[in-house]
Amino acid sequence: MVTAQQAPQSSETEQYNVIGTRPIRPDGVDKVTGAAQYGADITLPGLLAGRVLRSPHAHARIVSIDTSKAEALEGVHAVITNADFPRASDEVIDTGEGSARLNWVLDNVIASDKALYKGHAVAAVAASDHHIAEDALELIEVEYELLTPVLNVRDAMVDGSPLLHGSLHTRSMDGSSSDNASNTASHLQFAKGDLDSGFADADVVIEREFETSMAHQGYIEPHNGTAYWRADGTLDVWTSTQGAFVVRDSVAPLLQLSPSQVKVTPMEIGGGFGGKIPVYLEPLAALLSQKTGRPVKLTMNREEVLLATGPTSGTYMRVRMGAKRDGTIIAADVHLAFEAGAYPGSPVGAGAMCALAPYDIPNQRIDGYDVVVNKPKTAAYRAPGAPQSEFATESVLNELAEELGLDPLEMRLQNACTEGDQRADGFTYGVIGNVECMQAAQDSPHWQSELEGPNRGRGVAQGFWFNIGFESSAYAQVNADGTVPLVLGSTDIGGTRASIAMQLAETLGISGDDVRPHVVDTNSVGYTQVTGGSRTTFAGGWAAYECAMDIRRQMESRAAQIWECDASDVSYGNDAIVRGPADDDGNERQFSFKELAGQLPATGGHIVGRADVNKTSSGPAFATHIVDVEVDPDTGKVDVLRYTAIQDAGTAIHPAYVEGQMQGGVSQGVGMALNEEYYYDESGDLKNASLLDYRMPTALDLPMIEPIIVEVPNPGHPYGVRGVGEVPIIPPAPAMRAAIANAIGVHMSELPMSPRAILNATVLSED
Amino acid sequence: MPATEHIVVSCTINGESQVFLANERDSLLEALRDRIGLTGAKEGCNNGNCGACCVNLDGRIVNSCLVMAAEVEGSEVTTVEGLADGDQLSALQNAFLEQAALQCGICTPGFLVASQALLDENPSPTEHEMRYWLAGNLCRCTGYDKIIKAVQQAAEETVA
Repeated sequence: MVTAQQAPQSSETEQYNVIGTRPIRPDGVDKVTGAAQYGADITLPGLLAGRVLRSPHAHARIVSIDTSKAEALEGVHAVITNADFPRASDEVIDTGEGSARLNWVLDNVIASDKALYKGHAVAAVAASDHHIAEDALELIEVEYELLTPVLNVRDAMVDGSPLLHGSLHTRSMDGSSSDNASNTASHLQFAKGDLDSGFADADVVIEREFETSMAHQGYIEPHNGTAYWRADGTLDVWTSTQGAFVVRDSVAPLLQLSPSQVKVTPMEIGGGFGGKIPVYLEPLAALLSQKTGRPVKLTMNREEVLLATGPTSGTYMRVRMGAKRDGTIIAADVHLAFEAGAYPGSPVGAGAMCALAPYDIPNQRIDGYDVVVNKPKTAAYRAPGAPQSEFATESVLNELAEELGLDPLEMRLQNACTEGDQRADGFTYGVIGNVECMQAAQDSPHWQSELEGPNRGRGVAQGFWFNIGFESSAYAQVNADGTVPLVLGSTDIGGTRASIAMQLAETLGISGDDVRPHVVDTNSVGYTQVTGGSRTTFAGGWAAYECAMDIRRQMESRAAQIWECDASDVSYGNDAIVRGPADDDGNERQFSFKELAGQLPATGGHIVGRADVNKTSSGPAFATHIVDVEVDPDTGKVDVLRYTAIQDAGTAIHPAYVEGQMQGGVSQGVGMALNEEYYYDESGDLKNASLLDYRMPTALDLPMIEPIIVEVPNPGHPYGVRGVGEVPIIPPAPAMRAAIANAIGVHMSELPMSPRAILNATVLSED
Repeated sequence: MPATEHIVVSCTINGESQVFLANERDSLLEALRDRIGLTGAKEGCNNGNCGACCVNLDGRIVNSCLVMAAEVEGSEVTTVEGLADGDQLSALQNAFLEQAALQCGICTPGFLVASQALLDENPSPTEHEMRYWLAGNLCRCTGYDKIIKAVQQAAEETVA
């Protein structure tokens, strides 16, 4: 096991020339000069501006919508409602990190008979500028019949609760459905061993309940979508999305177009974290464009982003865990109820699979419930479901260690999953770095240091995320000067142009500077799934590797043709020298990459490498975090004093961007732990829909975050990549809960652990 | 609805004289992006909480979403597009690239403008001074580490 802490190149990766280095990213200059074009930056001839009217109510029947006054306003070109869309069927479509019924996708884009959360889109306007479009919204008259809102999972699951959807029945894993309509969309269960005998054998059992708030991804760029419906029936869409193909394959059926009629161009994206996978504005812009014959751009303001786009689930969770006196965990019972928002599809399934994933616990059962409530439809958010479920389980594990007087890292090591162990959902681990992360944490300067001072405490927690592969595409030309333009379908959110191009350069044996990556539209590259799930460097890199191998084979055959020898006698070396058999005079024959590239035009033409991969394998990733906090007992404010994040990256392709993912994940996790919450009143009105009141960490709220990269290469990837983005958001909340308990002796039972929550648990509870 | 008035505004933007026609309801951010075509300043919140639209107005950093376009008559405005000298990037721009201080890049224009104003005023800020000064600029990707390190690098290079 090797760590690469702030090293220009880790010793583990010294076998590589490009991988493990820290080049300046190819899109960097455009992003520091303001030249990069994000979704909202686009302008087109005749462009109209659109705005969306949203429901002021959390749960209401839409009795009527009168758009006539808005349509009559000078400068207004079109007004649309749900009724203007083709009727959507209930066929299930792929929505990127999940699937959904098409009619629910449409109804979330624009409400049909009911508004199901405050901010639910009701109508949309296209006008000659956005000021007029905003004026027009005030002229649309909507009559609502108010219904009782359902605002948390426990209320929603009670028999007799108001129902969001009359047609929703609880689906079980065996495929059966409940007889009665319900707000519980599905129930899943993973189990192994014998829970009762496990608990009977335990010396210590701890049971805790937790509630966590909805939290938003918080990308700084609001959603946008621009569309131009051409007179020939084809549709162009420009948008900030994590998955251009998902947008194409959602917009096309919603408008009854063939995917071939829709071209989606992914613009630069200002953050996503899972929240820019679903479509919100694109279908509205498309229909408005069809109605007006002109391109239409829609953008959201921040209030709309918070009201109507994908937060992650609020939850109610209950965990019971039993251990032997020596620290062996022998039983765990986990109950997870996740808010899906207004339509089914919370990340409870992933949360359930992750809940106990770092540990080999012989007797366990995990129940998960996906529950609709009158809040925005949840979207994926960095390791969807895992920050919640692992908060609950890691917290109880920390309390068990405390109860037994054991070192929490030692107790984790004692129970850690290793190669060959099987999770309750049936997955069996290959080579993983779970133990290596825990050991690196033990060896870290942070863990070895003493923490002194009143109201200060230290906490530790583990995190797990699957990472995934699936479909990615890479096409690369070889130019006569030896440079290689590389086209990709993956939106670059955090440096993946660099990390994918580096794997192509490594495979070809050429300089990274000679590879020029470009993210292109859906007509210009093969099918590529979303940038998400920590799959992009993994699967995109694999595509780049296979694309480079395709180039190597074609270069070998071209050299054979030039040398008039058999292709099997030619070999492309990792040093980018193509070697053939000696000529008749016994002289060595070889080409450098650039020499052979220069010969291509005259010897049969240029070549293009191509790879379309679909990898169902993954690279499970683990992380261990250590945090020191200080709690102000008078105000309940928690300051983060020191933070160390340890994570197995498999192989760190571009270590600076691996560190960046770790630090960014910690920052979001700290926000979720301490401040970020959706604060609703009883009517379902979100009271903090601004970036002042939805309080994300600032530079002043955080210390330097020390990253320690562990590299246990993934044997299921050509370069050992595991993917890094998701897992670092998971350990912060349970680590901070343990640190707070260590500081002031109070175990919190909710997220966020805000000053209000901490005062409620301390000062106010003493009265 | 009352008829919208339009206003002729003359000012200097990134060292060049500009005359543009603003809708009376346009913020400076809207005028920069929609009337002048400088899209480097970004809208993140449109109410002064995120700093993505930071520009330098007569030597002071402002959130351009909170300034009316008509207010900049006769003023000097510097946006992210004005930080480089032709194709020569500033020390701060280079430091952001070398330190990998951006991921998605949407907050970067605001951070660059705000950081440059800090270094203009205080060439050798402490880490705390940097964090305090930049607390009005939100970044959701980086955890701020590499941004602070980039400002530190630029400060060291500039002072040296």
